Amino acid sequence: MSAQIVKPDKRMSAADIVAQLSDGMTIGIGGWGPRRKPMALVREILRSDLKDLTVVAYGGADVGMLCAAGKVSKLVFAFVSLDAIPLEPWFRKARESGQLEVLEVDEGMFQWGLKAAAFQLPFLPTRVGLGTDLAELGGLKTVQSPYDDGETLIAMPALRLDAALIHVNRCDWRGNVQLFGPDVYYDEWFAKAAAKTYVSCEELVDRMEDHYPENAQANLFERCFVSGVAEMPCGAHPSSMPPHYGWDMKAFKAYADAARDPGDWNAVRARFVGASEAEYLATFGGKEAVAGLPLPIF
Amino acid sequence: MTDVTLAELCIFACSEAFRGNGEIVATGVGPVPRVAAGLAKLTHSPELMMTDGECFLVEQPVPIGPRDYDDRKAAGWLPFSRFFDSAVWTGRRHAMVTPTQLDRFGQINLSFMGGTYRQPKTQMLGVRGFPGNTIYHPNSFFFAAHGPRVFVPEVDMISGVGYNPAKRVANGNYSGVDLRVIVTNLCVMDFAGPENAIRVVSLHPGVTFEEVQSATGFELHRADPLPETPLPGRDELAVIADLDPHNIRAGVIKDNPPARRAA
Repeated sequence: MSAQIVKPDKRMSAADIVAQLSDGMTIGIGGWGPRRKPMALVREILRSDLKDLTVVAYGGADVGMLCAAGKVSKLVFAFVSLDAIPLEPWFRKARESGQLEVLEVDEGMFQWGLKAAAFQLPFLPTRVGLGTDLAELGGLKTVQSPYDDGETLIAMPALRLDAALIHVNRCDWRGNVQLFGPDVYYDEWFAKAAAKTYVSCEELVDRMEDHYPENAQANLFERCFVSGVAEMPCGAHPSSMPPHYGWDMKAFKAYADAARDPGDWNAVRARFVGASEAEYLATFGGKEAVAGLPLPIF
Repeated sequence: MTDVTLAELCIFACSEAFRGNGEIVATGVGPVPRVAAGLAKLTHSPELMMTDGECFLVEQPVPIGPRDYDDRKAAGWLPFSRFFDSAVWTGRRHAMVTPTQLDRFGQINLSFMGGTYRQPKTQMLGVRGFPGNTIYHPNSFFFAAHGPRVFVPEVDMISGVGYNPAKRVANGNYSGVDLRVIVTNLCVMDFAGPENAIRVVSLHPGVTFEEVQSATGFELHRADPLPETPLPGRDELAVIADLDPHNIRAGVIKDNPPARRAA
């Protein structure tokens, strides 16, 4: 094994991160539905020429926007939803127009596929999917237990990611992350399933140990899984990022309504993406307004 | 008890599905199933576990609707990242849900209707965790509007495992498939007909079997005897009111009818 030179300072701009991605890549997006989504990085992709992506996500507006913008050629998903707006309208439009190749899997199979990729296995066996249409529609194969039980199981293929995008609460220059909030979903497994993981964060510090050593247990995945970090406060907006801010349901509603009227992404892209992150945030009242969004109640 | 609503009767009927389930996570999705799970825990089955709808385990069921963020009192923690390890894939859960379609085999659909996998005519939510739920732990269902578009002969996309013999592979383990109860605005049904066929086990006051059959897209079996679905008593109604302080249940069934139809 040849020696690897790892740059200790992993700070990048969002544009630098997107420049590391290329057409045709498989990109995993952390978070879940309208929660903890790396939306600032997604917006940066939407400002770029990147195309033909395979997107792997517990989908929300990240998936809806990338589909609406024609960036997605294939989607791996178990659902796409904005919670209070159960059916993501831009995703529906994309599906009903037939523009996407898809692999639809169960939510548990999804994290199983990420784990298979993390452990560099071709697949992991599961009972889940048997008795449904998933295997037949998605071309999933079965395996037989080599032991006496001889059980037939579905071989959930590894969901290998060229890159993962994750929004975290805190990070330092070297990629030591801290994740807070009641639930951090499957971000750990996106990070480990990816060849490169890029994180945006609410707060960037120089050395984590000098600032927040008491929160070391919030280090959900280790820095060897982090290739680049970008400080992007409010970077999950309009999705929720506890404990900093809740989701912006008004913004989601405007975005969802726009799928009906005018129904044309190009006509509303400037409003929901902006020419820059600063311009985008200003549209929604700036950092103060985002910080005031109440945490969601379920 | 003439002022009992049909929604309250349904909550009471749904809560019976969780009776005697043991130390498992009772998940009710939607106002009626969720209040029903809380009602079960606060009355006949205190051993049930449940979450606040997010990721904290609570021993005092959380009322639905607007409340303060910190109103929940967490006794434990069950984040999504642990949900499969702890609740679903260990079979320690009973979910009551409302899919878009349900067929004569108990197969359910919430993915898409019409068209093809590549280009559905109507895209819905996606299968979510239903394939795993239905092969690993008990499931029940609630429908606020019993009709032939919900109860179809065969679903368009099988998103949850049922009792269809054509959807079995050799040496597959289907021992966890356990469909329990279907509660609708007309009746209560189970899967105890011949070869797990769907069977009407009680009719809500004033409803006839023929009315249920004509609102269903496949042949139903009929329990004998076929009693009337019981109404909640004063104690249950008080708990329901506590768990739904904003009366969200009044908006669940069209026109919020009384449990007993006007003569």
